[in-house]
Amino acid sequence: MFDFLSRYKYNEREGHSKDVAKERLQLVLIHDRTSVTPELLNVLREEIMAVIERYMEIDYQGLEIAVERSTGRRAALVANVPIRRVKTGQK
Amino acid sequence: MGRVIVITSGKGGVGKTTSVANLGTGLAMLGRRVVMVDADIGLRNLDVVLGLENRIVYDLVDVAEGNCRMRQALIKDKRYDHLFLLPAAQTKDKSAVTPEQMRQICRELAEEFDYVLVDSPAGIEQGFRNAIAGAQEAIIVTTPEVAAVRDADRIIGLLDSFGLRQPKLVLNRIRPDMVRKGDMMDIEDVVEILAIPILGVIPDDEAIIISTNRGEPAVLDQSCRAGLAYRNIVRRLEGEEVPLMNLQEAQGLLALVKRLVGMGGR
Repeated sequence: MFDFLSRYKYNEREGHSKDVAKERLQLVLIHDRTSVTPELLNVLREEIMAVIERYMEIDYQGLEIAVERSTGRRAALVANVPIRRVKTGQK
Repeated sequence: MGRVIVITSGKGGVGKTTSVANLGTGLAMLGRRVVMVDADIGLRNLDVVLGLENRIVYDLVDVAEGNCRMRQALIKDKRYDHLFLLPAAQTKDKSAVTPEQMRQICRELAEEFDYVLVDSPAGIEQGFRNAIAGAQEAIIVTTPEVAAVRDADRIIGLLDSFGLRQPKLVLNRIRPDMVRKGDMMDIEDVVEILAIPILGVIPDDEAIIISTNRGEPAVLDQSCRAGLAYRNIVRRLEGEEVPLMNLQEAQGLLALVKRLVGMGGR
């Protein structure tokens, strides 16, 4: 009802400061909690890709592998692997 | 056997000691036999918050080392004769006590009291490890700021690795005016991030500073909002279902009128 009052400090581009705080916290806590280093993630990425490439051709441009927030205090390894084509004649 | 509850936070200055003083006094108001243990060795503070600083003879380290009996070290509260403080040593450091000694002290106290509240030091080093050693339950105090919430999260992980699962959260120093403007994380935000059950919310209240100045916990003051919030937490500890305080009301009538006529909060 008195929303115009809150516009004072509201920054159109950055949004409410508490949302910024929450987002930054959620990001930093994923790393605090899992202690997955970028090096580990790189090794993991290469090994996973090696397996997938036996069967599929992958679009490396759109490839994403990251540790993300799951339910509660759990983290999840999320992979988005765009497929160019499935290799035929493979077992 | 009584309940041994550690009050901890990771970050300093978020209100651990104030919370221990208020929860201990609040439980005593309900007739429970309570002892508060100041585990912050070298940075003793619970005594001054309670107004008991002039009565200390022996301390936690004296008990651990066998220089005195437990009875001699316990300081009786001014207001309730079933409320006691076991003060920290001021001239020693954190390594003066071992986790095993703390376990033994907590066990001994739990035989005689309904509640043993342990005031943990800030940090995650030995002082923290000592404070949690004898506890079966944990309360985490935080404020709605990034640094405090991050440290609280770290503590939750550490407590879990020491077998203290499902700690409960006390969110301290909420400012409803800032929450309304979107400039402070709200209860739901912090609970979503930390993913532990909430035990209570304490509004930011000048009365806390005033009561600390006097050495009289705010929980004793029936007209104080923060005191009411602590009384609510005490009832929840006792197993009662008490709804969380409506923080928009916590500002008082004047703020409400100002808001309605469009003057806004600060």
